[in-house]
Order: sequence, then C-alpha cells, then structure tokens
Amino acid sequence: MSEHGGQAGHDEKFEQKVVEHDQEHHIVSPIIYLTILGALLVGTALTVWASYIDLGAWQIAPGLTLFWNPVVALAIACTKMTLVVLFFMHVKYSTKLTKLTVACGFFTFIALIGMTMTDYFTRAWGRW
Amino acid sequence: MSDSSVTAGGAVADAHHEHPPYQRHHFESVDQQFDATNFAMWLFLLTEIMFFGGLFTAYLIMRNWYYPAFVEASHQLNIGWGTANTGVLIVSSFTMAMGVWSAEMRKKGLLILFLSLTFILGLAFLGIKSIEYSEKWEKHHVPGLNWSDASFLNPASDPEVHKLYPQDKPLAPDMASKTEMYFFLYFAMTGMHALHMIIGISILGFMLVRARAGAYTTGHVTYVENFGLYWHFVDIVWIFLFPLLYLISRY
Repeated sequence: MSEHGGQAGHDEKFEQKVVEHDQEHHIVSPIIYLTILGALLVGTALTVWASYIDLGAWQIAPGLTLFWNPVVALAIACTKMTLVVLFFMHVKYSTKLTKLTVACGFFTFIALIGMTMTDYFTRAWGRW
Repeated sequence: MSDSSVTAGGAVADAHHEHPPYQRHHFESVDQQFDATNFAMWLFLLTEIMFFGGLFTAYLIMRNWYYPAFVEASHQLNIGWGTANTGVLIVSSFTMAMGVWSAEMRKKGLLILFLSLTFILGLAFLGIKSIEYSEKWEKHHVPGLNWSDASFLNPASDPEVHKLYPQDKPLAPDMASKTEMYFFLYFAMTGMHALHMIIGISILGFMLVRARAGAYTTGHVTYVENFGLYWHFVDIVWIFLFPLLYLISRY
C-alpha cells in the first residue's frame, strides 16, 4: 500500500490515518476551534455592550453594596477562560493527571484570593 | 497491512527499543513522553497563575480602598483600543490553535502560515499597546516618571475624557493622589502581560525558523503544543485584564 502517492493537496485518507494512529493524543478539529473563536468574539462584544449599560446595584446591608456590572463582566471573562482552557488548551481531551493539575491550580488560586479578601474586608480599619 | 511510515501512535509492545528518533530513551512510549512534558508545562503555568494572581489581588484590594480614584483613573483608558486588542489576541489564540492542528496533521505549509499569522497578530497587539502607552506619557499619567494629578483634581482640564464622563467630580487631593496607584497597577499588569507577549513572539520567531527547516511536522508536536498552552495562558490573562482595567468602572 503506497502512501498517498501522487495526490496533490488535500488528502482525506492520510489525515484519517494520522488521526487513527493517535489513540491517546486527541486532535481537535478546526471546526471546534472556529466555533470557540466565534463564541469568544461574541463574549467580547457582549462584555463591552454590557459595560455601557447601568445594571444597578444590590444593597446587601448598610455600607455593603454589590454592583452588577463588575459581576457580569467577570462572569463573561470566566466563561471565556473556560472555553479557552477546555478547547484551545485541550484540557477536555487530556489525561486525568492534566485535568487534576488544572483543577488544583484554580482551587489554590481561589483559596488564596478568597482568604486574602476575607482578611482585608473584615478588619476594623475604617472606611475608605 | 504493515504501515511503518506512520509511527506517531507510540511504541508497540513487541518492538524492543524501536521508537521514533524524537522519543527520549527514558520514556516507555511517545504518549508517556507527551504526557510528562504536558504535565510539566501545566505546572509552569500554575506558577504563572500565582504570579499574576498576586497582581490581580493587589488590584482588587486597592480598587476597594480607593474606589473613586480607581473609577476616574480607569476612565482615562480607551475602550476602543482595549476591545480591538482583545479581538487581536483572541484571533491570535485561534491561529495558534490552528498551528497546533497543522503540526499534528503534518502540514508544513499551513503550520508556517498559522505561526506567521500568530506572530503578526502578537506584534499588532504590542503596536496598539504602545499607542496607548504613548497617550499615557503625553498626558503625564506614568507614575514615578511623568506624573500629574491634574486630570483628577480638575476633570474639566481634560476635555477629551470629560466629554465622555461628564459625571466625574473633582477629587480631593488625597484621593486624587491615589490615581497614581491605579496607573502603577495598570502599567505593572499590562507591562508584565506585554513582557510575556514579547517572550512569546520571540519563541514564535524561533519556531518559524525551525518549522521552515521541517521541524514539528514529523509527528513530534510537543514543542508547538506546549508553546500553544503558553500563548493561550497569556490570552486568558488579557481576558481578565480587559474588563477589570477598562470596563467595570463605567458604572
């Protein structure tokens, strides 16, 4: 069986063979990459659009107010990050070890930021 | 059905020590080698998350302490340039992902094309960033080197921004001085991000030379794949910098 002899340009059979040979190493298709690109650009447009609208605030308690604009902006950013990590960075298709590593990283990051914030925002050092 | 020309699938159990030239001897198989380097790359990226995490934490705390100063200071940033740069960086992440795909599919021409596009988009990002930085320099908004509180003590003295944000009140001198902290963090965060871009673009240049010589399209995609992880990580940092620095202080 000669390898893709004489055929110029696009060679479906050869591509298929490369895919089949990679049993563990998953190749993500360009269609998925294009879809994610579209989603990321839509997310960017959405976050800019949302920033031009006053989404108001939630008065949780006297002196403690939650503004919705930053919450929405960060929620969109987190969604975009998840898409990049799962698809562009192939975590969805990677080994359990990689998945665990990534999860550990985010957990440690959230824990460190969370503990720092609870400290800074609960000290009685007046209002700034 | 013997097919010896494609060996990317890894070592076969009964083929003693027979392996592709790019498999190091201390690995059982190509897959194991790939997983090990991939794991190492992610560990490096975790240290990067912690590194940028410190900057983000500082920004969160300072923004809550000196809220009026941070809001008015961030009104100095141009949302148009920021949006354009976000688009440039997201498209560059896509072209990088396509570069990885080209390497996996052993398409040398496409790999060179996508690496070149990523290289150019990276330079475009830095170009836009330098336009923004030079604006800051002209308006004396570079902490320590070229600094003035004037735009915040008297917003009307800055008609361009004042027209966009007429609600901005003059800040008291002690609060106005805290806008310098915003710009310090702005330059620290975007500067550190830009440094990562410069390093990435340099490595892209090196990879382009190697790709033209036929590297990465022989089944050994580890280098391109792991560089892709780095490039996407830098993209993610910007995905957070953009709303935090540019957008959330409009309302």
